[in-house]
Amino acid sequence: MKILTGNDLKTGQVVWWDGQGWSLHVEDAVDAGDRADAIIAREEAECRVNGTYAIDGEKTAEGFRPAHIKDRIRALGPTVRPDLTLKPADPSAGNWVI
Amino acid sequence: MYKYDQYDQAMVDARVADFRDQTRRRLEGKMTDDQFKPLRLKNGLYLQLHAYMLRVAIPYGTLDSRQMRKLAYIARTYDRGYGHFTTRQNIQYNWIKLEDAPDILADLATVEMHAIQTSGESIRNISADQYAGATADEIIDPRPWAEMIRQMTTFMPEFSYLPRKFKIAVIAAEADRAALRWHDCALRIVQNEAGEIGFQVFAGGGMGRTPFIAYKIREFLPTNQILSYLQAILRVWNRNARRDNIHKQRMKILVHELGEDEFRRQVEEEFEHFLARGEDFPQAEYDRIAAYFAPPPFETGLSEEIDRSDPDFALWVDQQVAAHKAPGYAIVNISLKPVGQIPGDISAEQMELVADLAERYSFDELRATHAQNLVLPHVRKQDLHAVWSALHEAGLGEANLDLVTDIIACPGLDYCTLANARSIPVAQKIAERFADADRQKDLGELKIKISGCINACGHHHAGHIGILGVDRKGTENYQLLLGGSGDEETSQAKITGPGFDEAGIVDAVERAVERYREIREPGERFLDTYRRVGMDGFKEAIYG
Repeated sequence: MKILTGNDLKTGQVVWWDGQGWSLHVEDAVDAGDRADAIIAREEAECRVNGTYAIDGEKTAEGFRPAHIKDRIRALGPTVRPDLTLKPADPSAGNWVI
Repeated sequence: MYKYDQYDQAMVDARVADFRDQTRRRLEGKMTDDQFKPLRLKNGLYLQLHAYMLRVAIPYGTLDSRQMRKLAYIARTYDRGYGHFTTRQNIQYNWIKLEDAPDILADLATVEMHAIQTSGESIRNISADQYAGATADEIIDPRPWAEMIRQMTTFMPEFSYLPRKFKIAVIAAEADRAALRWHDCALRIVQNEAGEIGFQVFAGGGMGRTPFIAYKIREFLPTNQILSYLQAILRVWNRNARRDNIHKQRMKILVHELGEDEFRRQVEEEFEHFLARGEDFPQAEYDRIAAYFAPPPFETGLSEEIDRSDPDFALWVDQQVAAHKAPGYAIVNISLKPVGQIPGDISAEQMELVADLAERYSFDELRATHAQNLVLPHVRKQDLHAVWSALHEAGLGEANLDLVTDIIACPGLDYCTLANARSIPVAQKIAERFADADRQKDLGELKIKISGCINACGHHHAGHIGILGVDRKGTENYQLLLGGSGDEETSQAKITGPGFDEAGIVDAVERAVERYREIREPGERFLDTYRRVGMDGFKEAIYG
């Protein structure tokens, strides 16, 4: 399964392709299949995102889980500052990364 | 400290205006990412894991309270309430929005700061001894020369498109507190037998994937020829560098491939051309710049006594306070390494507190160190308790300078796109393992340095104990190194053997440290013991 990620051009926030646009939440990510390159080219040209790339991962009960730890950290936030992650109220959220 | 003249201010203001226009065009879609990226990097703006990251230059690590308060303002207004001091005496912010970046640069310009040449293929922020102008063991204050080199190298057209980055350090003491020989070009101010002051020049050092310790290429260079000599070094590199291979572009590779003698010969040949042009600074210009760094009006007749009746304060004094050249004064090191916290991180409130202390107790001067700590360079001994009390209350009273918990760590995979493994959690776990103050004191000077990738921003090659994070089939793995140093007896750390997982590396460090405790001789630091017994003396203890 391939999903697309990048950074919002204005804010730099990590975003995930949800089929219609870009979501802050990896759970919303959808399989881009063989359309990945075309979506990246179009979205970068329209200056909504930058630094886009496709990643591998697996679908789990909680949603998409990126294969590489770097993308899991991108999806949640820094493991050393739980208060700055997308789930600051969940002390166990970091377990998903490791 | 140096104050901008109308030319400096005009240049920085013009650069802000340029970048504001470039950013507007990028946001309006009139510029592609490929076009914009080199422009933002020239202004210190990276795209990192979670957001844009802005790296702000602190020339030779010197700043005042007004600048520190502005850094706090930026942390609070545009970021998430904190900043991170780096191993190049800079500060960086991890959560910057592109649309805010021009405003931040404009704010910085109001206090004579910028983010120019903190990225890209340029001459980076020039680093210096954090005790410059305060320590008794220096010949002269090296910062006027650092400032003159900064002025010469900022925006110089010939050096705007260098093969790679280029790092310069300047010190004027026998003790090396700036990791001198790990720089592309390193300058030590010395005095010859005739009493003349000049530079020892080193070239070709650097960390990264191919570490080299800089060679001494000049034993003595008159100070008034340094700009010609530096230009000669840069031109030889600029002309001959391997621009075809990103891993071979740094000057250290050229020096290594040409050989020390041939590199020196080419530099000397080029130097003659520059010297003949007569473009080095005249004495009057040195005098003008040096006047900015004149010693503050130290009081005389001050007491040397320090009331050590409070044991916590006495412990802090023993570890954090260094000798000052002026009677009755001391140099205060502020630890940004509270046990369990993130090395180098500081909140906006803490920045403001430090700014207040600098203004009240240190002639309005502050320093950032390459070890990710801060310094109040000129504190009256009679004020030490008041300074310590304020720092302690703000969570900045840790007494661990150069001890096992004073760990250098790069941002690692928690923040950095280049990283292969996290550095900060390893630093936190090691610090927690060795948190006991008596244990730290017993171990003595022990410098642990952690990098999350081969680029070595965490200086692992120079660690008494170095740790390098690598990616092993998608899993974080950590190599252990021993025997590095960034001081006047510079040495490169060597890998002990197979790597460890996150928990394993902390245990391995403890086994190495315990081995040191078993075999050390009286007065030996960890590094001394390693140098005496070598890797074989530690290997079995580490791997069993």
